Amino acid sequence: MIDVRLLEKGFSAGQALARFAKANPGSGGIASFVGKVRPDNDVKALHLTHYEPLTLPGMEELAQAAMSRFALEGVLAWHRVGYLQPAAPIVLVAAAARHRRDSLAAVDYTMDHLKSAAWFWKREKRSDGWHWIEPRGQDHDDLARWN
Amino acid sequence: MAVKILFLGPLQDLAGAGERMVDGPLDWNGLIEAVGLDVAAKLQSEKVNVACSGRLLPDKSTLAAQDGDEIALLPPVSGG
Repeated sequence: MIDVRLLEKGFSAGQALARFAKANPGSGGIASFVGKVRPDNDVKALHLTHYEPLTLPGMEELAQAAMSRFALEGVLAWHRVGYLQPAAPIVLVAAAARHRRDSLAAVDYTMDHLKSAAWFWKREKRSDGWHWIEPRGQDHDDLARWN
Repeated sequence: MAVKILFLGPLQDLAGAGERMVDGPLDWNGLIEAVGLDVAAKLQSEKVNVACSGRLLPDKSTLAAQDGDEIALLPPVSGG
């Protein structure tokens, strides 16, 4: 099963993973990744924006691509939008598979694509105001590994 | 009716607003003229994508927006 969501409010990764495990009872392994607002560089808040007509459909296509590429029973991709506090979860990705390598690789693949090929823009508030976050070269290198 | 241009992410700071209404129809040259010099310079780089009516344009220079369409200018992303 595929569970893809854009969330306006905070979420509990623990509860989401418990439900995901229940929905994929036949899996031998579930891998997951939680991305959080990094509490450093005097960051006071993070603002995530998206483009409604493209963002969720793009995430659904990505989840489908992960399902096709790896031997998965389920994939979950939740992404926050709106204003977030330091240490709040931004993104949760999980993959359920019969064997661990498929689940681990699927989470890695999905995260690399969410970082640099999904329609999100983020800016952070520091003591001197808001700053847009530029994509890092490393993110594109990470993405290129899957070509 | 008119064409709505949406400035996503950092482009909204360059444009001075999140969106702008202009008279349609609007093609690529019309878009370049409508968005102001700063945004136009970014738009002409390969890194900025363009969507029209919710569909990403494989070649943005083929833009042909009609009255009522929404054009989204999509700079490099930074999610996750």
